[in-house]
Amino acid sequence: MMTTHAYRPLMWIISLVVACLIFVSPALAESGKPTYKIGGIFAVTGPASFLGDPEKNSLKLAVEQINKAGGIDGHMLEAVIYDTEGDPSKTVMGVSKLINKDQVIAIIGPSLTPTTLAVVPMIQKAKIPFISCAAGNKIVQPVDPWVFKTAQSDIMAVATIYDHLKSKNVKKISIITVANAFGESGKEQLLAQAPTYGLTVIQSETFGAKDTDMTAQITKIRQEKPEAIVCWGTNPGPAVLAKNIQQLGLDIPLYQSHGVASPKFIELAGSAADGIMLPTGKILIASLLPDSDTDKKVLTGYIADYEAKFKSPVSGFGGYAYDAMNILATAMKGSNGDKEKIRAGIENVKGHVGVSGVFNFSPTDHNGLGQDAFVMVKIVNGKWELLK
Amino acid sequence: MQEFIQYFFSGITNGAIYAVIAIGFSMLYNSTELINFAHGEFVMLGSMCMITFFGSMHLPLIPAIILAIVCVTAAGLLFERLAIRTVKNPEHIVLIIITVGASIFLRGLGMLIWGKDAFSIPPFSSHPPLDIHGAKLLSQSIWIILIFLLTTVGLQLFYKKTLTGKAMEANAISKRAAWIVGIPSRLMVTLAFGLSATMGAVAGVIIAPVTMCSYDMGTMIGLKGFCAAMLGGLGSLWGALIGGFLLGILEAFGVGFVSSGLKDATAFLLLLFILYVRPGGIISSADVKRF
Repeated sequence: MMTTHAYRPLMWIISLVVACLIFVSPALAESGKPTYKIGGIFAVTGPASFLGDPEKNSLKLAVEQINKAGGIDGHMLEAVIYDTEGDPSKTVMGVSKLINKDQVIAIIGPSLTPTTLAVVPMIQKAKIPFISCAAGNKIVQPVDPWVFKTAQSDIMAVATIYDHLKSKNVKKISIITVANAFGESGKEQLLAQAPTYGLTVIQSETFGAKDTDMTAQITKIRQEKPEAIVCWGTNPGPAVLAKNIQQLGLDIPLYQSHGVASPKFIELAGSAADGIMLPTGKILIASLLPDSDTDKKVLTGYIADYEAKFKSPVSGFGGYAYDAMNILATAMKGSNGDKEKIRAGIENVKGHVGVSGVFNFSPTDHNGLGQDAFVMVKIVNGKWELLK
Repeated sequence: MQEFIQYFFSGITNGAIYAVIAIGFSMLYNSTELINFAHGEFVMLGSMCMITFFGSMHLPLIPAIILAIVCVTAAGLLFERLAIRTVKNPEHIVLIIITVGASIFLRGLGMLIWGKDAFSIPPFSSHPPLDIHGAKLLSQSIWIILIFLLTTVGLQLFYKKTLTGKAMEANAISKRAAWIVGIPSRLMVTLAFGLSATMGAVAGVIIAPVTMCSYDMGTMIGLKGFCAAMLGGLGSLWGALIGGFLLGILEAFGVGFVSSGLKDATAFLLLLFILYVRPGGIISSADVKRF
């Protein structure tokens, strides 16, 4: 009896050590080579959390998948992620922590155009590969050697809407944009590209991101009798607009931007969402795509993995970080952690089929997406329908 | 003419909301000389409770409204009991900073409870909009104005006809005198906090169907209500009403006839202007000191 009692603690210790070895060993055994640290910086909380939260999750997912497949040339990846709260000064602090304290070899994020532009000077100074998840076109124009982005640009979204308007023979449109950076950038593109498609913007209104009522703006639009209305904003403003348009009984086709391309918009706008047309990345309508579509396999795979891991429905925005990580991984192969080689590697990524589309980077194109990254969809009875 | 009426409808709908919020500010200021910067957060709580009770739990309309208002009022009382009354050194600046802190706390709490997404609920009734000379008066606007009228009349009756209301008014005019005649002034302050939170809840409940509700909706709407209260004259019921409607209508006309970019600027420009020419507000508290 005595012996068994004395044995027990020892057995415990041994099994504990064995357990530790089992769990820790993959990291230990394979990290004969040092881990590569990847910095992530997203608006995980705050008003832009609908972007940052899925981006954070998608980055984790991509890192996990790459590690499971054996890492990059035997190097495991580790993601160090900070929250920006959508605030430029917090982003600057986070990025400087990533560069100086964590010594990451590349940075993915931030989620917003203003926060991205705020850190670009630091990136140039630190000479570190940087892939933004924000949409603004100013990020990659003019091209900076170290700065890339994976989100579709407003330019393409506007072009997709205008293509559709042109095919419907529309000449006069009213635009209504949200009074923030997203809306301003959209407005700029909407006004700049209109003449190319033979369109006249007869009126340009704005609304506040938190406005509760837009009947006044709509009344003003109604007086001008446009043939179509283009609204540029992110949730929830455009949903209020859609509701008000329905309530005032306006019978003018309404186009929204890709900023509301999520099931949440349909939920918020309810029956007012019916008939609205908008451009979106293919992720929203992955199941509607023909099997011949090159993106379909990647999309369905990403959606299944994301929903299995995080138990929440996928959004259209997490893909920006997922693509960024996978593009980075491609570029990192054979780079041995050399930042200049990684940077040049990203510029050489061609035909990468990602969640947001097919990427073809070059020294002059640091976004890599073409207009085919967008498709036009229409909301019919609360469901997305692909428009040709 | 049609546009003019439409802008006017839009203005009075928003104006009624601003007025209810402004009353909440004014009432509390009246009793405690305190500006509660967490007031917008009580509006948010009202909306979000409505989302839960009416939107998710599908309670009938009236019980859902009552339950939402009761919950928020309780939150207001709790706030007074835990954060305000326990302050050792109740100077104005300390208390105001506490309310700012409380607003951040409540916003965070809202985010934890309801998440970061926006929500919406259907209107209280689904009547088609009324058509008046081509302008549309939405059914929810009618609800908003009705509930607003009910609230103000009820409040007026409470202050003028009930003993508790009169005691609160007495306490507001002079704490010491009220105390001498045996009015428990501490209780009156608690009551004022509760009533002010109720006003916030009412505003939150009536705007839930017209807007999209999210945990961070309270800040801007709280500020607008504050503007309305300042505009009309802080501490005066009529001032809050005038301020609210003036702000709502000017905003709507500003959007319609000047530029939609100026909507929020209208409120703050107006506030600056009033503070400059008439620091006490339209119904200056020098003329009409109290409710």
